[in-house]
Amino acid sequence: MSFDRAQALECYSRMLRIRRFEEAIIAHHPVGHLSIGQEGAIVGACMALRNDDYVTGTHRSHGHPIGKGADLLPLMAEIFGKRTGICKGLGGSMHLTDTSLGLICESAIVGGGFPLATGAGLSIQVRKTDQVSLCFFGDGATNEGTFHESLNMAAVWKLPVIYFCENNGYAVTTSVAKSHGQPDIARRADGYGMPGVAVDGQDVEAVHAATQAAVERARAGGGPTLIEARTYRFDEHSNRLAIPIKYREQDEITHWRGSRDPIALYRAVLDARGLAAEATDIEAAVLKLAEAAVRFAKDSPEPEMQDAIDSMFAMPIHFPAHAGIA
Amino acid sequence: MTDLRNSTQKLSYLQAIVEAHREEMRRDERVILMGEDIAVYGAQSLFDEFDESRLRNCPLSELGFTGVGVGAALTGLRPIVDLTISSFLYLASDQLINQAAKLRFMTGGQLKVPLVVRCSTFYNNRTAAQHADRPYPLAMNTPGLKIIAPSCAADAKGLLKAAVRDDDPVLFFEDITLWGKKEEVPADEDFTVPIGKADVKRTGSDVTIVAFAGTVPPAMAAADMLAREGVEAEVVDLRTLVPMDKDTILASVAKTGRLVVVDNSHRVGSVASEVAAVVSEEGFDSLRRPIQRVTAPAIHVPYNPKLEKQLFPTKETIVTAVKRIF
Repeated sequence: MSFDRAQALECYSRMLRIRRFEEAIIAHHPVGHLSIGQEGAIVGACMALRNDDYVTGTHRSHGHPIGKGADLLPLMAEIFGKRTGICKGLGGSMHLTDTSLGLICESAIVGGGFPLATGAGLSIQVRKTDQVSLCFFGDGATNEGTFHESLNMAAVWKLPVIYFCENNGYAVTTSVAKSHGQPDIARRADGYGMPGVAVDGQDVEAVHAATQAAVERARAGGGPTLIEARTYRFDEHSNRLAIPIKYREQDEITHWRGSRDPIALYRAVLDARGLAAEATDIEAAVLKLAEAAVRFAKDSPEPEMQDAIDSMFAMPIHFPAHAGIA
Repeated sequence: MTDLRNSTQKLSYLQAIVEAHREEMRRDERVILMGEDIAVYGAQSLFDEFDESRLRNCPLSELGFTGVGVGAALTGLRPIVDLTISSFLYLASDQLINQAAKLRFMTGGQLKVPLVVRCSTFYNNRTAAQHADRPYPLAMNTPGLKIIAPSCAADAKGLLKAAVRDDDPVLFFEDITLWGKKEEVPADEDFTVPIGKADVKRTGSDVTIVAFAGTVPPAMAAADMLAREGVEAEVVDLRTLVPMDKDTILASVAKTGRLVVVDNSHRVGSVASEVAAVVSEEGFDSLRRPIQRVTAPAIHVPYNPKLEKQLFPTKETIVTAVKRIF
C-alpha cells in the first residue's frame, strides 16, 4: 500500500532532512558516521511508528531521530558539542538520542541496542500498552552475542519488538559475505521462531509496508519480526577514519550512488504522482532548515562542567563532593 | 491487622532479601524480578502471590537479560535483575557499564535507569575460581553506579528496598556466607536503610576496623578478642561501597588514630585500597601508625577448601594486623 499525499511528502521531507543535515556536517563539522544512502530504510521504518513507540539505534545515529521527526536544531548543536544539543554536548555524533520521540539509546557499542529494545518490549508487555519497540542495527551487529540472546528472549516471550537491520553490506571494511556463515540475514529469524523479511532498503514505501506489517503484528500480540533492509552506505564508515585498503569496487559505489539513491528514486515517484511542485518546495525548505541548524549550532554556547555533573545521577548522594572534581 | 510499625520478624539474610522483593512488588506494580531460575535463589514464594509476567525466569543469557532489565528500566519499569553469582557480572558487564551506568549521562540527563542488579559473592563454598569472585572494585571504577554490600539481614532488606526506590542503577552484592544468618528485621513496609550511610557496629577508641559484607562478622569477633587484651576497636560497617560514607570513616579515625581495613576482594586496587587512599588524603593528620589492609591475596580461589579458607580475612588475621600498629 503506497502512502497518501501527506505521508508521501512527509516521507520525502524526512529523507531529505537526513541528507541535507549530513551534507551540512560534511561542510561545517566533519565528524561521524553518515547515513547518506540509507535514508529510505530509516525513514520507511520510522514512518510506521507512532511518537510513543520506542526506538534504539546505533553509532550511525543521525538518521534515527530525524526519521522519527525530531527537530534538527538540537541535533546539529549536539554534533557541534554545544550546550543546546539534544544531549547537552555530552553524547555527540554517535548518540543523537531525542527521548521525546521514544528514542531510548543510540549505542556505539555494536549490538548494545538489542537488549535495550527487547527490554522496552518487555516493559510494554508488563504495562499492557499497545506500543512497540523498534531496534535499528547494522549487518555487523548480527554477529554479536546480544543479537542471539535478545531475539531468542523476544521470541519466547512474544515481545512487541521489530528488529530492523540496515544491511549496508559492510562492517567498516568487512563484507557480509566474508563474515556471515548465513549471509541471508532475514533467514536467521528461522532459528528463533520468528518471521524474517527481506526488503529493498532503497524503496522507502516497500520498507514502510514491511515495517507496518511487523508493527501491526506486534501491536496485536503476535510477537517480534526480523526485517532486513538491503541498503548501501554511500560514504566511508566514518569521516574520522582513514581506510587504508580497497574493500569495495568503485563500480559498485557508482552504481548505488547513480541508480539506487533512495531520495532520487522517491522524487521520481512523487513526480509520477503529480507532486513535483510540492517536492521542489520541500527541497528548498529543507535546505534552509539545515542552514538554520548550522547557524544555531555555531551560535550556541559550550557546555559547562556543571552540565556533566548534573547529568550523572537522578538521585545524587554525596555527589559531586565524592567525585574527585577539583 | 496488627500494627507493624514497631514490630520485627526473625529472618535470615536471604529471607530478608525475598521480603524486600515482596514488599516492593506489592507497593509498586512497576517492580519486576528477572533472572535465571529465580525460584532456586529464594523467590519461590513470590510465585504464589504475583503474576508471572512480573517474575521472569530468563534463558541463560546474562548479557541479554541484564540489558533487557536496563531497557525495561528506561521505559517505565523498576526491574530487579538477579545475576545470581557475581562471577557472571563479567558476562553482563557491557550492558551494566556501557549502558546502565552511562545512558543518563550520555543523553544529557534525559533518561533515568531505576535498575537493581543483585549478585552474590559465592566464596568459601568450594566452587573454585570461576564462581567465587568478589568483584566489588571492578564495579567501583564505573561512575554512575551505586553499590551496596550489606552485612546483616536488616540492612539487606532496608538497603534493597532503598535501591528499588532509587532512580539510578544500584548493584547489590549479597554475601552467601551470610545468607543463612538470622536476626530480627523491622517489619514496617516503609523501613529502608539509606544508601551511602555507614554503620558503626561497635564503638571503641583505640583502633578503627573498617569492614563490610562478609568481613563484618570476623571484624566483630576480632574486636571481641582485642577487648579481652585491653584494646578497644571501633568497627565501621561500610554497607554502601559507592558512594562511600567518608565522613563516618574519617570521624572514627580522627578518634582512634589507627586504621585496619578488611576486605574479601583481591588486594590490588581493592575496596580496602580505596578506603586507605581516602584516609591517607583526608585523614593523614589523625593517623598515628600506617594503615593496614587485610584482604585476599592476588591469587585465584582454589578448589581445595583448606587452601581457599586461607585466602580470606579471619578474626585472627585481623587481630594480627591490629597488633602490627600498636
